[in-house]
Amino acid sequence: MHAAIRIEDVHKRYGALQALNGVSFDIRPGEFFGLLGPNGAGKSTLISIIAGLSQASSGRITVMGHDTVRDWRMARRSLGVVPQELVFDPFFNVVDMLRLQAGYFGCGRDSWPWIDEMLERLDLADKRRSPMRGLSGGMKRRVLIAQALVHRPPVVILDEPTAGVDVELRRTLWAFMRDLHRNGTTVVLTTHYLEEAQEMCERIAILDHGEIRALETTAALLGQHPFRFLKLKLSGAPLPDSLQPLISGEPNGHVELRLPSQTHPVGAVLETLRKAGCVIEDVHTREPDLEDIFVELTGA
Amino acid sequence: MSEMTRNPIGFRTLFLKEVKRFTSVLGQTVGAPIITSLLYLLVFAQAMQGRAPVYEGVSYTEFLVPGLIMMTVIQNAFANSSSSLIQSKVMGNLVFVMLAPIGAWEWFCAYVGAAIIRALLVSLAMLAVTLPFVPLPFAHPLVLLAVFLLAATGLAAFGVIVGLISQKFDHIAAFTNFFITPLSFLSGVFYSVHALPELWDRVSHFNPFFYMIDGFRYGFFGIADVPVWQSLLWSAAFTAVMSGIALWMLMSGYKLRK
Repeated sequence: MHAAIRIEDVHKRYGALQALNGVSFDIRPGEFFGLLGPNGAGKSTLISIIAGLSQASSGRITVMGHDTVRDWRMARRSLGVVPQELVFDPFFNVVDMLRLQAGYFGCGRDSWPWIDEMLERLDLADKRRSPMRGLSGGMKRRVLIAQALVHRPPVVILDEPTAGVDVELRRTLWAFMRDLHRNGTTVVLTTHYLEEAQEMCERIAILDHGEIRALETTAALLGQHPFRFLKLKLSGAPLPDSLQPLISGEPNGHVELRLPSQTHPVGAVLETLRKAGCVIEDVHTREPDLEDIFVELTGA
Repeated sequence: MSEMTRNPIGFRTLFLKEVKRFTSVLGQTVGAPIITSLLYLLVFAQAMQGRAPVYEGVSYTEFLVPGLIMMTVIQNAFANSSSSLIQSKVMGNLVFVMLAPIGAWEWFCAYVGAAIIRALLVSLAMLAVTLPFVPLPFAHPLVLLAVFLLAATGLAAFGVIVGLISQKFDHIAAFTNFFITPLSFLSGVFYSVHALPELWDRVSHFNPFFYMIDGFRYGFFGIADVPVWQSLLWSAAFTAVMSGIALWMLMSGYKLRK
């Protein structure tokens, strides 16, 4: 079976800047895939190359088995992209924008019922004749999502779809993305909300400085870092010197320690504190989340 | 051209979208150029009244009308494709077309086709307004049509090139103000180049717009400053070069797909 997206040794150079440096990985059909990385990591460059908006310096990309350069028409027909920027054409209203986009992809009037269905599902039905310039940011975002789906692509890339949207809309979009995925669409999500990626994505790639730093299932990524956090409120004596290097933060009068499981089991640390004369007034433990792993891998 | 057949709905949609774009502001895209041209006609026809005819049996006003129509064709065909592209680039919505499976030929034909429609609308409207007052013979209708199509296509292709190169509206304005307007004014719209000093007469023969206007005038009167084959050849060469460059830019993604 073809990969939904196959990226093979892709390099991209802008003058002296090496934006992508030999990126290779596959996204499987039907997968909910997260592409994460700090600003400037190369995510948008990679998405642009997959979508044909930019040309790779070297390497090869296929979408549903179609080479994005040699078989670009089929590759583009197989792909829907929700761009990061809130772009629109001020000359047209919502439904015209969607019909135009369907037409660009070779879909005629037979796509109109699907357009109407999307307008319903994205709560845009009452705005179908509204000019684009009159819509709120959240509505424009939903129109962009609908535009990416007008030709029913098997693969959809959502480039930060929930950036700058309120909580209610974010939940609507999450539900919509889950529906898409449940119906067999391969979804590639980039987001700065790491809890969103952790919640939604089955597999995650972390890109940094144009290179893949991690490529794992979300569960494996969370599990492969054997450390946990211990948050304490202490009195009586200061934190012993031996534990000072483990401090990861000091929120709200507490001290948070990052404990490698192999060398610093929680029980041993508590014993060290007791011996040092510390009185433990409050204690919490937590497992590392995606944000902790992201920071560890990228230094962001 | 086989690529043309691969996404006919995509081509048709882009073409209709481009037509809808300029027809949604018809006053600005068609009305305004007609008013400007009619003002030129009024002012120059009055100012030059009583002067000797440029050609035997052709009054100055009659001489003026074909030149003004072709000047309007030149300016509007260029403006349509260049302004549409720069608007889409500045607004960011060009990405919708770039993401779609629309090839260079389809893209080119859609933009150029819409510009030709705008130029045709402006020409017909000008003829409709002037013909009741300035009777014009249509001596060679096929030449008229050929020169019109060559000029509108060439200038629309040039507009595509400039639209792709430009990053902001100022760049388009610079091309319009320092290239299109001067060359169209100095192309024999208001005079016969034979009336110019010899040096400027010769210089005019390097201006492609001169051949478009002269050939168009030949189509009406059957007489012109240079033989009609020269006008057709120069206009065709200009159109071929501009179309070639525009298509190469679209195919290679120059200034479009970084």
